[in-house]
Amino acid sequence: MNYIKLFKPDSDMDIYGQNIMDHYKNPRNVGFLEAPDASRRETNATCGDELVVSIKMKGQKIAALKFQGHGCAISQAAASILSEELVGKTRKQVAGYKFADMQMILGVPISERRYKCAMLGLRAIQKALLK
Amino acid sequence: MIKRSDFPILKSKIGGRPLVYFDNAATSQKPQVVINAVKTYYENFNANVHRGLNPLAAEATARYEAARDIIAGFIGAKRQEVIFTRGATESINLIARTWGEANLRSGDIVLLSVAEHHANIVPWLQLKEKIGIRLSYIPLNRSGELDLVAGAKLLKRPRVKLISVSLASNVLGLRHDLEKLLRVAKKLNIISLVDAAQAAAHEALDVKKLGGDFLAFSGHKIYGPTGTGVLYGREELLAALPPFLGGGDMIDSVALDGFSVNELPYKFEAGTPNIAGVIGLGEACKYLINIGWSEIKTREESLRDYFLKKLETRPFIRLIGSGQKKLPLFSLTIDGVHPHDAADLLGQEGIILRAGHHCAEPLHRQLGLTATLRASLSFYNTKAEIDYFFKKLDELYQAF
Repeated sequence: MNYIKLFKPDSDMDIYGQNIMDHYKNPRNVGFLEAPDASRRETNATCGDELVVSIKMKGQKIAALKFQGHGCAISQAAASILSEELVGKTRKQVAGYKFADMQMILGVPISERRYKCAMLGLRAIQKALLK
Repeated sequence: MIKRSDFPILKSKIGGRPLVYFDNAATSQKPQVVINAVKTYYENFNANVHRGLNPLAAEATARYEAARDIIAGFIGAKRQEVIFTRGATESINLIARTWGEANLRSGDIVLLSVAEHHANIVPWLQLKEKIGIRLSYIPLNRSGELDLVAGAKLLKRPRVKLISVSLASNVLGLRHDLEKLLRVAKKLNIISLVDAAQAAAHEALDVKKLGGDFLAFSGHKIYGPTGTGVLYGREELLAALPPFLGGGDMIDSVALDGFSVNELPYKFEAGTPNIAGVIGLGEACKYLINIGWSEIKTREESLRDYFLKKLETRPFIRLIGSGQKKLPLFSLTIDGVHPHDAADLLGQEGIILRAGHHCAEPLHRQLGLTATLRASLSFYNTKAEIDYFFKKLDELYQAF
């Protein structure tokens, strides 16, 4: 598993890709939408990560999405990226997102042991929209 | 003498980088003598124990029982007081299911501490559900040490029947002064169970000196094979207990309408035991005795002090648990870096750590934490490894 090298030129350490670090440090759409059409709290019981998503719909499409929570860089960055990526997508489209899509969105290979981290935000959104 | 080269796995690499094994509190690595003992058993002596009048079974039984003698000596117990289990978890469950169910009534109190491993909480919660016992928890003081004054007070509450506390915490890395509480318990006729799973790797256990009624530990944390563990109990207490699991070996005789129970220690060892594992565990105890506890202690204290000194110069790292009797076990939080990211990324640098709540969720909740990064060292670790760990941790901190 190779992560993209960056950030510290004098370090030979492999840190996550720039996309992840950017969203982790400066998360987009943090908070809770007023009077949301759907919301959901989701946790990873084994690691304590937690996310609350709130969603505003316009017809069948997502109009706005906010999240708040705490956890590792992968879980928090993934939620932040999704909060931008999924705006304008239909319920059906969101339901079709899988782990492979998350890997593509995150821009780096995600190892099996981080599967739950990468999927936490998506799981919360998918369950919120499942009605 | 301590020889790192006794441990073959320590020569291996992780993704091309030298293995730095800092997860000894989860399980320790195995010296060649232990690996050989298991291998030799399967290659030359494999047979079922306590059965069959054949020479192979006799040899297997002799080796299995020789291991019991070694381990009895290792903890200062009689051989009939040493019960082999799958690990500390099973040992504690055995007491909950036998002593607990036979002696506890609805409303009785089992006294634990907030720093217990799930293995010493859940079996009692199960009894709470089953027979309605109550649990009470000894608090910690500000640095993370067991509050002995509060503990002694709690012991004096009516209906406390059992105290079950760990000798050392797998998160705080502190060896508690449990002897004091055990003495109070004894005076009050309260039965005591010591969870020595973490402490057993760091000091000579002496059940008589310690003064508890029961004691549990795992073989795999003291350089023995996985799937091995020990339950010690005072002979008269064990003799009075009902059996645990039913099956072969634990019975004296079986009829269609009843059975009678075998003598100690076999009464609690139903079914074919982990023969190879127990023989390996005996070898591990011998290995530790040969090195000598004073040498192990000296080395581990020197590694601990070196690690603590490195921590001092890094204000962005917080250590959970400090005190006089600190083990080389460090649960950490790092500003801006989640423990899971740290364990994953440092793992790719060859440094094996553990992140999470380390099976002590109530403790983490009490500390206001969801997870910590734990580095737990053994006598075979080196200062160079500690240097490498902090170098990589610094890089990680700067990248985040």
